Amino acid sequence: MDKITGKITSPEALQKDIDDCSSEFDSKVKGLGGKRAIMICGGTGCLANNSEEILEEFEKQIKEKGLTDKVSVNHVGCFGFCSQGPFIKIFPEDTLYHKVKVADVSHIIDDDIIGGKVCEDLLYVDPVTHEKVVRQDDINFYKKQMRISLHGCSLINPDFLEESLGYDGFKSLKKVLTAMKPQEVINEVTASGIRGRGGAGFPTGKKWQFAYNQVADQKYIVCNGDEGDPGAFMDRSILEGNPFEVIEGMMIAGYAFGASQGYFYVRAEYPVAVARLNRAIADMRAVGLLGDHILGTDFSFDVHMREGAGAFVCGEETALLNSIEGKRGMPRPRPPFPAIKGLWGKPTCVNNVETLAQIPYIIRVGAAEYAKVGTMGSKGTKVFALGGKINNVGLVEVPMGTTLRTLIFDIGGGIPNGKKFKAIQTGGPSGGCLTDEDLDTPIDYDTLIARGSMMGSGGAIVMDEDNCMVDVAHFYMDFICGESCGKCTPCRVGTKRLLEMLTSITEGRGTEQTLVDMKSLASTIKGGALCALGQTAANPILSTLTKFPDEYKAHVIDKKCPSHVCKRLMSFWIDPALCKKCSKCARNCPVQCISGVPGKTVYVIDQTKCIKCGTCLAGCPFHAISKI
Amino acid sequence: MAIKPEVKKEIAAICEEHSDEPSPLMLILEEIQKKFGYIPLEVQELISTETGVPVSEIYGVVTFYNFFSLDPKGKYVIGVCLGTACYVKGSQPIIEKFENILGIMPGQTTKDGLFTIEAIRCMGACALAPAVAVNGKVYPQMTVDRVSSVIDEYKKMEANA
Repeated sequence: MDKITGKITSPEALQKDIDDCSSEFDSKVKGLGGKRAIMICGGTGCLANNSEEILEEFEKQIKEKGLTDKVSVNHVGCFGFCSQGPFIKIFPEDTLYHKVKVADVSHIIDDDIIGGKVCEDLLYVDPVTHEKVVRQDDINFYKKQMRISLHGCSLINPDFLEESLGYDGFKSLKKVLTAMKPQEVINEVTASGIRGRGGAGFPTGKKWQFAYNQVADQKYIVCNGDEGDPGAFMDRSILEGNPFEVIEGMMIAGYAFGASQGYFYVRAEYPVAVARLNRAIADMRAVGLLGDHILGTDFSFDVHMREGAGAFVCGEETALLNSIEGKRGMPRPRPPFPAIKGLWGKPTCVNNVETLAQIPYIIRVGAAEYAKVGTMGSKGTKVFALGGKINNVGLVEVPMGTTLRTLIFDIGGGIPNGKKFKAIQTGGPSGGCLTDEDLDTPIDYDTLIARGSMMGSGGAIVMDEDNCMVDVAHFYMDFICGESCGKCTPCRVGTKRLLEMLTSITEGRGTEQTLVDMKSLASTIKGGALCALGQTAANPILSTLTKFPDEYKAHVIDKKCPSHVCKRLMSFWIDPALCKKCSKCARNCPVQCISGVPGKTVYVIDQTKCIKCGTCLAGCPFHAISKI
Repeated sequence: MAIKPEVKKEIAAICEEHSDEPSPLMLILEEIQKKFGYIPLEVQELISTETGVPVSEIYGVVTFYNFFSLDPKGKYVIGVCLGTACYVKGSQPIIEKFENILGIMPGQTTKDGLFTIEAIRCMGACALAPAVAVNGKVYPQMTVDRVSSVIDEYKKMEANA
């Protein structure tokens, strides 16, 4: 694609670039002029599976085989179906190949690109029907999805402004700058019904209106990309797949309530996202889409990049603002809310990545059209990061109101290895568990809260019968305890005490009184903590206590861990009937606690010395070792 | 510990580079951490002289964020993801295996300065769970069995260097 070099100084000039880039992008995916296009996923997941090397191999072989006129190679953002990556898509046929390796490149070039035959062995096979699927849209994982936040991800090359312009980019910016007053933009966003995608679900239009109503010499818009919820990676994928969409959303917000400066706050753990954002910002500055008098109007706007430094609490908006100001990332008491007194004391809106990514779509199609999707109280779509014990791990964007059953079993493909579904944790360390009985509830902000969990940023971790819910609660409390900033006593001391109680339960020292004490302390922390991190800290405990009381009782009364996870409450055992006396377990044992004579006597574990590392179980060729 | 004059110059340059920013402390610390691997007290004093921010405040910030370190890290930083998706798929036994083999706990560095183990809170590579990253290189779908071969890979690299 030809690089835009000149400045884009007027709406007409932008329109011309949009037209040119659109027709070029269109011809690329439709294969006009007889040239096909190979798209290779460049998301973090596929990069770790060598997608960069695959891309280089394609480029090399295409050059060697003289095919540069016949086919182009492009790297694109996340396809979402990360467990089946790396993905390669070939246009115009829309053929999708999965789990591609470097060694498959010559096969694809020779058979498909030159021979015109689909490489059957690289097609995705439906796990239920066992049929091979050629096109992405025909795969069950994608069928029930609707992509708004992930618009352009897996289709455009996120390194090029031209690709964004060719696929709806900046149409909305042009529309607001030329045809809408700031208040009209806010009205439109309010009418769309969109609520903050970061977790709390505050209406975005209302937030903007608060900031709009303030009179100040400077206002700020901050994009919260400090995706700290372990197991959630939608913000990362959006920033990696289409950074321009988020910047455009930020600019529209800036125009709407009068901010001329925007700040991105992105986790340092996301180097790919940071690099692509920085590149996008630099390219936009170069053509004048960021800077003074954008498109020749009175609107001036610039964007700055800030990297997080590894503190979960900085996802809380006031802590995030302190962090940008170079301070310890501790929350501020609210009120005053940031919309009144935020960054450096000026009116500031903090919006989540996914919220801002939806703004251009809302402006493009109109509030009424947007509001057709979703439920009464929650409009539009939500991206979930499906993870844990589920077949199709990946990013899923579905309309609000989709049921958990659809999410887990239709899209997610169910639980691996024939295991039984036990729970799905939503909302991360602030959320709760949902079980069998919640599967048919349409999920939105309000139903999740009514069911004892919350939306959160959209992390959805599936657990099966092998996971111990007390251990899961312990995991979250350990996390929160480590991430508590220490400012307020209920959170600093309270989470520590809760963790000690949970530890005592997992180690067999807990009693029924411990459960009572935990409940009481949990409600004290909830009422007394300064910020959302503390107020919600006890949620994983409360929700597992409510939904899995029997598991807790087994730990405190029977001193047993039914899922054989808590080490002090389980042991490894060699079944004498199955042991073939091969001695492998004894040789592998790091503490030499297994004894026997090779070929003569069955092997026995000395339970007093066993450190329960599981090496023997993993290595036994005859499955003679089990957990009891 | 005395700071070398050229390092002093470099740190002063980093402070100068961000002097136009309204609150540059985080930017300065991030750059120094990335470049030198740690931010000892002596360097914090230097930043204080350059920027006028009290050293107590700088120390407060450095010790607040996980990303900043007061001590040098090993040449190879082994990050074992303990995010929820990795945890439910068994990353705890994996980090314990690293601890056993290297004889150090998370946050510690081996005596030869080669390895540091870090417990990471989700790197967003949940489809690769359980995931381990060594200096940013991701090892997808780790197993307890493969732990020693990962360590050997880097030991071999050192032996050949």
